[in-house]
Amino acid sequence: MSKEGGADYDAIVIGGGHNGLVNAAYLARAGKRVLVLERRHLVGGATVTEEIYPGFKYSVCSYVVSLLRPEIIRELDLPSHGLEILPLNSTVTPLPNGDYLARWADHDHTRRELYRHSARDAEAYDDYGKLMYHLAFAVKPIMAMVPPDPTSLSPKDLRGLLKLGRHFRSLGEERFHALFKLMTMSASDFLDEWFETEPLKATMSASGIIGTFLGPRSPGTAYVLLHHYMGEIDGAFRAWGFARGGTGAIAEAIAGAARRFGAEIRTEAGVARVTVKNGRATGVVLESGDEISARVVVSGLDPKRTFLKLIEADQLPTDFVDSIRRFKIRGSSGKVNLSLSELPNFTCLPGEGPHLRGAISISPSVDYLERAYDDAKYGDFSRRPYMDIIIPSMIDPGMAPPGKHVMSIFVQYAPSDLKGGWDETRREAFGDAVIDTLAQYAPNLPGAILHRQVLTPWDMERDIGLTQGNIFHGELSLHQLFFLRPAPSWADYRTPLENFYQCGSGTHPGGGISGASGRLAALTVLQDWKR
Amino acid sequence: MLRGTPFHSRTGALCQSQNWRRWAGYVVAGSYELTHDREYYAIRSSAALIDVSPLHKYMIRGPDAVRFLDRVVTRDVSRCALGQVLYTPWCDETGKVIDDGTLARLGEETFRLTAAEPNLRWLHDNAAGLRMTIEDVSDSTAALAIQGPASREILSGVSDAGVDGLRFFRVTSTNVRGIPVTISRTGYTGDLGYEIWVDSERAEALWDALMEAGGPYGITPAGILALDVARIEAGLILIDVDYVPAHRALIESRKSSPFELGLGWTVKLNKGAGNFVGSKALEQEKRRGSEWQFRGLEIDWQSLEKLYGEVGLPPQLPTVAWRTSVPVYANGKQVGYATSGCWSPILKKYIALAHLQSGHAEPGTKLQIEVTVEHHRKRAAATVTETPFFDPERKRA
Repeated sequence: MSKEGGADYDAIVIGGGHNGLVNAAYLARAGKRVLVLERRHLVGGATVTEEIYPGFKYSVCSYVVSLLRPEIIRELDLPSHGLEILPLNSTVTPLPNGDYLARWADHDHTRRELYRHSARDAEAYDDYGKLMYHLAFAVKPIMAMVPPDPTSLSPKDLRGLLKLGRHFRSLGEERFHALFKLMTMSASDFLDEWFETEPLKATMSASGIIGTFLGPRSPGTAYVLLHHYMGEIDGAFRAWGFARGGTGAIAEAIAGAARRFGAEIRTEAGVARVTVKNGRATGVVLESGDEISARVVVSGLDPKRTFLKLIEADQLPTDFVDSIRRFKIRGSSGKVNLSLSELPNFTCLPGEGPHLRGAISISPSVDYLERAYDDAKYGDFSRRPYMDIIIPSMIDPGMAPPGKHVMSIFVQYAPSDLKGGWDETRREAFGDAVIDTLAQYAPNLPGAILHRQVLTPWDMERDIGLTQGNIFHGELSLHQLFFLRPAPSWADYRTPLENFYQCGSGTHPGGGISGASGRLAALTVLQDWKR
Repeated sequence: MLRGTPFHSRTGALCQSQNWRRWAGYVVAGSYELTHDREYYAIRSSAALIDVSPLHKYMIRGPDAVRFLDRVVTRDVSRCALGQVLYTPWCDETGKVIDDGTLARLGEETFRLTAAEPNLRWLHDNAAGLRMTIEDVSDSTAALAIQGPASREILSGVSDAGVDGLRFFRVTSTNVRGIPVTISRTGYTGDLGYEIWVDSERAEALWDALMEAGGPYGITPAGILALDVARIEAGLILIDVDYVPAHRALIESRKSSPFELGLGWTVKLNKGAGNFVGSKALEQEKRRGSEWQFRGLEIDWQSLEKLYGEVGLPPQLPTVAWRTSVPVYANGKQVGYATSGCWSPILKKYIALAHLQSGHAEPGTKLQIEVTVEHHRKRAAATVTETPFFDPERKRA
């Protein structure tokens, strides 16, 4: 760490996404002079609320929260900065035959509903939940840990590995075996061991494919099931919530905390490149041409953008650049946001009801999901896509004018490398496929649409800055996790350049609004500072 | 949405207190009147009518039914006579209790098993390859308990035959005013009493018949608050209160074996059928001795009087049975925990059911139990006792 003074800031954080903001908040909290640089006019990155159609607020990209680390909420005192997480505790899967499958907040209610489909599954569901509870409890500490490098013999890495080994031994035989299965199986095969109800398996397996370019029958997807079980709200595992004011309110709360600790946040200040002198980062050059110097530069952008765009290739070791090039970051999902004049009326559950306050999942069968993936495998978007839908205005009425509604539709698959490439026509065709599919379940929907925003990976790359539109800054597949995220030997937030760090979702643990990468990176920077 | 039981049209009309409790996804009356005292005394002095429909019920039929049940439960089913009922727990492979219920032999190859929790998946998993079927009749079969000294007379008066001579833990098929039922001389009160099993569609007619016939005897609908007091007096355990079912326990230490729940008498290690699920672990436990025992505690009146006297109050007794975990001490060191307790109106004693470390579980052992006296945690003297606390002759006579 350079000791020379004279720099404009102690630290510059590139990108005001939620991880960049968390990183800045922790650095500022430690007394550092911190500057956050955000290209757009608002902070949040993929964690934003925008009023694109007057009076209607969209959580443009990310739309629910569960993984946000409790220690971050606590340490940054986010509730005092306006963070309010409202419960989102049911999932309803409408079925083509006019029936539905629901999971409600209440255990008896859910059991009764599952029993309607399969008495066996109703009981298996509890046992499965218990196993996942244990596994999530076991794996969670890893989320809050800087990955040790298993090929390193440094005392720090060895200590980390030893801790990890002990931890897994404490799991006990049965759970260790289950964990191994989760690491190697497909979501569909893993769930087949437990359940027989097709929509239940499909809806559960869907959480294994979100954000990945894989299908429910692809090996490795079972692990992502667990990733989604690691969320917690108020100590309750697997609880999902919706931030009051939309997802952007989370970024605003973190930004508020960062500011209170003294961080400076500059919007409409895109970074063109990182300045490097003698293998050390010294600051940044803005798109405007302005230069700002800092003792440390941290990038919250994805690994491709960070290392292939912000840094001259000759400043980095060739093998490192190679592994970043190989890092898989194919986007697979899109997002449709709607302003509605009235609520959707689902054929399976007509009228207004509690199902509209929870998630609605278009995932009638595993075959359905796998077929949706088939389209994507060969370069098309899914004609009949998987969708995870919420109606934010039913949870937080402030999201739309009184009596009107907004709908958030996460859609998969929309491959980043669409055959023939994305353009506005293809984007709207994708949007049409989404509405057509949904109209089969809620026929009044097309007529209720006042405004529609469609985001494909192409849009997410252009507007939000996510390379290939990948919402996780790189696939959450096993070969890209833990000590391999984003590159072997560089999973500890450090980079081959001195004074240059990474804190985005492309580092461990990544994925979702967790903030863990931003926090762990800040702790690493602060640790290096002490040396 | 919680559901009413098949008796709901009747119980709902009678439930003045609107005190509804959840039981296995149903709502049942906590008490019908504003206080449950009269309902309790009906159990002990006349007759009480209790809706126990939320119990899970499984019909097990087929040539391998006995073999299957002998594999699952701890009792010896091959020795269960036609028309006999066995109370039995069942265990996982490590010998920890999953659930407990009654098993009625209704035919050579036909049994009805009751359970507190859903057990269909567990039963199916243990039935692989056997010639038998398991039918979940939980919703289609309603159950009504008539308990108390007058229950025999009331029931005999409205039944075709077979009730008068029905012995303790026996079952018979008969009609109540033309409604086909099976009647078992069982219950959860430790008193003379019967449980009546009826097709859900005829549930209301059965209720009406019994209420009418019982009127002259003072029959009283009783809710589960009254039942809770009666079952503690009878030393009968309650799942999720006195023990955590093995399948639901998040950590090992929450599980209990039958020996640790006072159910050693139900464990038949030398059944004709050989091993059953958990038998190896239970054999070892029997050899080695159990770590825990389940016992009654009688809380010493003088001691309570003294503790309350210090703040200027007479002893404040619980008005309903409690179901929280309360520490139990021996010489200042915690040696167990009580899981249910109540003031017994019939015995005029403050009693509790407790898990005690084996070294401190001999009947007669003097221990201390935590009591909260005016916001301060104190310890009252308590004596270890055998259960049941209350065991009237009429129960078996």
